[in-house]
Amino acid sequence: MNVALAAAMPLAPLAAALVGFLLRSRRSAAALAITATSAALLAAVILALRFDKPVSDGYRAADFVDLTVEFGVRVNGPTTLMALAVGAVALAVQVYSVTYLRDDDRYAPYAAQVSLFTAAMMTVVVASDLVQLLIGWEVMGICSYLLIGHDRRLPEAPRAAVKAFLVTRVGDVGFLLGIAVLGYHAGTFRIDDVLAHDYTGAQLTTACLLLLAGVAGKSAQFPLHTWLPDAMAGPTPISALIHAATMVAAGVYVVTQLFPLFAQAPAALTVLAVMAAITMLLGALAAMAQADIKRVLAWSTVSQLGYMTGALAVKAPGTAMFHLLTHAAFKALLFLAAGAVIHAVGSNLISVTGGLRRSMPATFAATTIGLAALAGLPPFSGFWSKEAILAAAMDEGTGPGWLVYVAGAATVALTGWYATSLWLQVFLGRPRSPAADHAHEPGPAMRYPVLLLAVPAALLGFAGLAGGFVDRLGPGAEEVGHLSAALVVPLGLALAGAAVAWVMWRRGRAADVPARALLADAFHLDAVQAAVVSRPVSALAGAVRRADETAVDGAVLGTGAAALRSGTVLAGAHRAALPRAAGAALGGALLLGLAAILLEWVR
Amino acid sequence: MTAADVLLIALGAIAVGSGVLVVTTKHLVRAGLWLVVTLAAVAGAYLVLGAELVAWVQVLLYVGAVVILLLFAVMLTRAPIGASDDLDRPRWPGVLIGGGAGLGLAALFVAAYGWMKVPRPPSGTAERLGEQIFSVWVLPFEVVGVLLLAALVGAIVVSRPDIGARR
Amino acid sequence: MHPVIAYVIAALLVGLGVYGILARRNAILVLMAVELLLNGVNLVLVAADTTVKAALPATGQAFALFVIVLAAAEIGVGLAIVLQLYRMRRSVAVDEVPLERVP
Repeated sequence: MNVALAAAMPLAPLAAALVGFLLRSRRSAAALAITATSAALLAAVILALRFDKPVSDGYRAADFVDLTVEFGVRVNGPTTLMALAVGAVALAVQVYSVTYLRDDDRYAPYAAQVSLFTAAMMTVVVASDLVQLLIGWEVMGICSYLLIGHDRRLPEAPRAAVKAFLVTRVGDVGFLLGIAVLGYHAGTFRIDDVLAHDYTGAQLTTACLLLLAGVAGKSAQFPLHTWLPDAMAGPTPISALIHAATMVAAGVYVVTQLFPLFAQAPAALTVLAVMAAITMLLGALAAMAQADIKRVLAWSTVSQLGYMTGALAVKAPGTAMFHLLTHAAFKALLFLAAGAVIHAVGSNLISVTGGLRRSMPATFAATTIGLAALAGLPPFSGFWSKEAILAAAMDEGTGPGWLVYVAGAATVALTGWYATSLWLQVFLGRPRSPAADHAHEPGPAMRYPVLLLAVPAALLGFAGLAGGFVDRLGPGAEEVGHLSAALVVPLGLALAGAAVAWVMWRRGRAADVPARALLADAFHLDAVQAAVVSRPVSALAGAVRRADETAVDGAVLGTGAAALRSGTVLAGAHRAALPRAAGAALGGALLLGLAAILLEWVR
Repeated sequence: MTAADVLLIALGAIAVGSGVLVVTTKHLVRAGLWLVVTLAAVAGAYLVLGAELVAWVQVLLYVGAVVILLLFAVMLTRAPIGASDDLDRPRWPGVLIGGGAGLGLAALFVAAYGWMKVPRPPSGTAERLGEQIFSVWVLPFEVVGVLLLAALVGAIVVSRPDIGARR
Repeated sequence: MHPVIAYVIAALLVGLGVYGILARRNAILVLMAVELLLNGVNLVLVAADTTVKAALPATGQAFALFVIVLAAAEIGVGLAIVLQLYRMRRSVAVDEVPLERVP
């Protein structure tokens, strides 16, 4: 029964997606999408309630003599929690989108694509086989591309979609190679068998480092983080679903599921720690200087994902899962609320907002909860999960542990700063534009998902106190729910950051962050990436194309032209006048005679 | 050196000498006349070699008919009587190829035969030749007859005066 | 007797004939040179009768006869062509025969 429920979770949205691509009418598309996502969520809820021990089942899909591939489901603790998160956020986004895309006449394919994405994410969540997981992984990438580029009137959307796709693709190559290494040496791609197999140290390190490439791509870690801020060109509900709650968390989830392998590869974990530390700080610093609400949230996502990977690097996968769940809740909440604000003032920029506390009270309350959770203020969920991560880092002790701790602590301060700054600039003070003056709450389909997400954003932290929940998080969750005296440090840093933001706002210089241009451009890493990767690759592609056109095509066409030319020349030779023809004939005869004599003479 | 050799050398010298004049003279009509001398010398050589019928056929056909035809053609194409300067094309291809061919062949023959001696062939070969032609080579003989007929008809057709006038 | 004499004479006649074909401009002189060439060939054929011990005697002479007949036929048709050329172009120079259609 559990297996059937687990199978229904990806299959229901998949069916809805396949049918949905054929629909045109708005009502039927919305009804189908919401029904299927509700079904998936219901299955996830029942599965979570009924779950007692890990189970997996599947059928053999491919059998090459040395390798086997299976399609099936594998359910353990983290699976149930992740499925709940995905289902809930997906349903919230589907409902929200009905109103958000009210004026869009391409709503039907959008809804089908979101259903397809949900199906792919669920596949990744319940996959029992690495190849099946890879299938879901890649389909998520495609759906991300399609959905970012949904609004064709935006000039930056197609480029952002391509950038997202290509950057994650670079990581996916490593991911594929890592899976290949694991599967090849184990003789099967089934996850349970892979985890049980005895790999050599070198094989394991290689595979884990390659898998980390994929994680870096999908979860926007340095250096493959550049696509996430640009992906904000997609509709806001998509940003909430894909780029906050689910797809970017998929990398973390995969590492969690494969953690027994990573635990034996300390080199990979060290690399992960360094990546996490850099990403945390980079995201927070960049978030401080953005002028666009969604970009602040995007860089904030980058930074929080660094927390999760940092938790993985200090051998606390359960803690990473916990932060993943709380982040899904509060970040989705923040994005959807930002969507409401953008909808109200008609622009993404912070500078045209202000004083929305009075005109949008429900949104204000929900956003406050979300930002407080982001900043890690008690008693909201973010506080609990961040504490757990920092405690785990401190416990780990050695190099990676201290690195993650210090970076994490610094990031807490910065997070407090930018979260408070955003809150102050958008909701408090006076309206800074006519649009802000006339803002109003959105319709119920946009308001209720936001309010409903505020509940877990606020309370999910307390679930960490329940033993059963902690067990579900999987191994490495010892720090969850435990409060030690060391929590004073990050709490203090968060409040300090918030205080600095308050002071700056009071002085009216909230936007004057030091080194603003540098931070806003994220240390020009985009330009670096363009110069180091994009431009050489484009140049190489251009050169290859020119070589193909001139050399290969040229050879093909050239043989034709050469044949024609030689034909013309020979035709001219044929049209020789009598003297020349006679000379040619007699001269040829003479030469033949000489040749015959020579041959005779030689012999 | 038998008498036959002496005769052959003499006749050969005459033939080659007048042959040179045929291909180098600037007078069109004189070329035809030198050709007569060459052909006659060759006929003499045939006689020395014991081919009487061939010699007299040579005189009859070549000297008697071919050269006459050539002179008629010279007349009908309004050839200049005196010397004309534009009778020769650039000479070097001819010298090269002709000299190569002639001298090469000569060298070949000398290398092949050297100073070999053969007995003089018996005379009275017309009867023997007739036997051969009408027994072994009768088919080519008939074909040559047909070919003469074709040449006759062809010459008449080609020289029709209304060819070239477009209707 | 020494047959090489006849052979050398024939070779020289052949060379002269080839030279005449390539070096003369007037078509009639070219035909004359062709006759020289054919005579050289005939001389080889007739001289071969004396040196070759053939199963069929007098073969060379028979072939020489055939060549003479062919030369006669050839000169007939060739001169007919030359006369026609003269009628059309008013000149019998071999290098003034245009190969492209004159419009």
